[in-house]
Amino acid sequence: MERKLRLTRPGLTLVALGLMGASLDASAQDEARFITLASTTSTQNSGLFDAILPRFREASDIEVRVVAVGTGQAFEIARRGDADSLLVHDTEGEERFVAEGYATERADVMYNDFVIVGPSDDPAGISDAQSIEEALSDIAEAEAPFASRGDDSGTNRAELRLWEAAGVEPGGEWYRELGSGMGPTLNTAAGMDAYAMSDRATWVAFDNRQNLALLFAGDEALFNQYGSLLIDPERHPHLKHDLAEQWHDWLLSEQGQAAIADFEVKGQQLFFPNAAK
Amino acid sequence: MPDDANAFQTALALILGLDPDLIGIVTLSLKVSFTAVLIAALIALPLGAAIALWRFPGRGVLIVALNALMGLPPVVAGLAVYLLLSRAGPLGELGLLFTPGAMVIAQVILVLPIIAALTRQQVEELHGDYREQLTSMGVSRARRIPTLLWDARFGLATVLLAGFGRASAEVGAVMIVGGNIDGVTRVMTTAIVLETSKGDLPLALGLGIVLLALVALVNAAAHLVGETARRRVG
Amino acid sequence: MNEWTRLDVTAIPALSLEGVGFRHRGQPLLHPVDLRLTGCRRTLVMGPNGAGKSLLMRLAHGLLAPTEGRVRWEGRPPRQAMVFQRPVLLRRSALANLTYALAVAGTPRRRRKLLAREALSRFGLAALEARPARVLSGGEQQRLALARAWLVAPEVLFLDEPTSALDPAAIKAVEDAVNDFHRRGTRIVMTSHDLNQARRLADDIVLMVDGRLVEHGPAETFFAAPASAEARAFIRGELIW
Repeated sequence: MERKLRLTRPGLTLVALGLMGASLDASAQDEARFITLASTTSTQNSGLFDAILPRFREASDIEVRVVAVGTGQAFEIARRGDADSLLVHDTEGEERFVAEGYATERADVMYNDFVIVGPSDDPAGISDAQSIEEALSDIAEAEAPFASRGDDSGTNRAELRLWEAAGVEPGGEWYRELGSGMGPTLNTAAGMDAYAMSDRATWVAFDNRQNLALLFAGDEALFNQYGSLLIDPERHPHLKHDLAEQWHDWLLSEQGQAAIADFEVKGQQLFFPNAAK
Repeated sequence: MPDDANAFQTALALILGLDPDLIGIVTLSLKVSFTAVLIAALIALPLGAAIALWRFPGRGVLIVALNALMGLPPVVAGLAVYLLLSRAGPLGELGLLFTPGAMVIAQVILVLPIIAALTRQQVEELHGDYREQLTSMGVSRARRIPTLLWDARFGLATVLLAGFGRASAEVGAVMIVGGNIDGVTRVMTTAIVLETSKGDLPLALGLGIVLLALVALVNAAAHLVGETARRRVG
Repeated sequence: MNEWTRLDVTAIPALSLEGVGFRHRGQPLLHPVDLRLTGCRRTLVMGPNGAGKSLLMRLAHGLLAPTEGRVRWEGRPPRQAMVFQRPVLLRRSALANLTYALAVAGTPRRRRKLLAREALSRFGLAALEARPARVLSGGEQQRLALARAWLVAPEVLFLDEPTSALDPAAIKAVEDAVNDFHRRGTRIVMTSHDLNQARRLADDIVLMVDGRLVEHGPAETFFAAPASAEARAFIRGELIW
């Protein structure tokens, strides 16, 4: 027993060191050749990154590590110097971010649109509404359940602007703030037969629709612009500014724009490139 | 509910198909959680034993604090580690945020109180039986720590498994400090959250079943080894 | 310390209990006792259950601190060991239990196994060295506890009812072991409630009744001419409360 003990203790230590090494080396390898991109769940969940990142890597040999969070949290991550680049969809917030000096550059990359989904029998009758304002007013009047993200994301901010434009102060029993991401919000809406606003990409890629259907889309006000931001290297000198710039430029390049246009889910194009030439 | 049957089929297909992405995710999950439990154990076993053996002012407060920390919400631990490891934080220089190392640190924080608190309890109980004999032999308190830890090894193995269970099941902390980056920091639980948010519930549930099977496997292996040894040692 | 080295009997300091008493939550469990134990004698502490015998042993050995009076070694404290009624063995092999005791005593690692095996043989446990100590029979466990004590070559050995849970063959083995210790030069202090055991082993008798020391003297005197009424009743086998 004594002898076994002597053998096991150094043995265990070795195993321990091996494990630690193994678990940490993933971060050490390719140290120079990757960037961290903070982006939104809509881009991640739709599968866009799975489609375009391999093409960027082929072109540049740079790995892009995506941390997908709400737009508000993405800004916060970038502000703290934890991401090399940003790809989000809140133009107002993005411009403020540049004005505050956290980013040196912002560029339009692509757009899609927001859609209103709801129970397929459409109790509030929004499918024949003439505008998004009318559709939202119908929902409020019918006091039909509406599931809101309520998480200060790009989609949530856009939704609140639209309620304001419709002259409705959302609240009451029918208006449910979930404080969740887009996917969980759709899961919940499906579960309680509620209306919800989603970006088109997440909706098309979403599998658990149950009784939900797309009821309203196409109003110009539902335009959803995505922008890429380059983080200011002055403030965070450790950031891989050069690599991030290559990524930023590639997104706006013909190659990058084509990659975005080529991405389809269930035969539908989800993002429309619109970088300034 | 057709989804339920679907989930089992999906789980089975995932396991039998030996999908390389899945294998990567499973391997990382195991590596991170094993490493976290190992590091936590190296600190918490002697710590728990020391608290069991020494009487000092504030001991009661410490025990209550450890017991309370067993219920620390993972997301709070994650947030604390995030603020610590963020570039703007005190340990930002290390560049550990969004790496498996950060996930290990977060899980160590979650697991350490469990191991320390339960070790304290088991060692104190065992020491009740051993105290007179060890005192008679003139065994110093410091020396009693390894003695009691070794003699309590079967109970402590269960404690480590409880720690492993907590580490491998939590999602709140690793999501924040790991970022759920594909191929880098995506583990079983964060993959499940991702698939759920995509509305791919059968795949999410399938992954859940795989995770459960994995944890069951680790427990079964530990149980088997433990029982054999226990029968031998009596 | 070699296995066969005899201890220097004259060098063992006397143990002096001076007005040693013990109270628990105000209740006196042991009334003040004056007792002096010297030389290489075998002292048996006798008395009915609850008389305070075990308590006296623990106070003398230093496991408990008296609430009044003091326990004093006249000179340096000697090497001591204690064997309990229910042996406390580590959850390891028989051999590992002994090498552990040697490690605690500061024996160099390379000599431990040899010494431990010698002790196992001496107590008839050589064949069981790899067996987990906890699965040994009661008698084997007690012999292992004695072997463990043997290894530290104690100058004073305390035994608390070491045979009360054993069958006659195992009792004989323990008594033989006690005599081995004694021949080697160890002072023996042992509790028992068995008169025949006392007749077989004791040089001196201490009689405790109801938390008091009633009588202390040579065994022959104790049995031939007991001084107290309690001692006479005890020898006659009457219960004393």
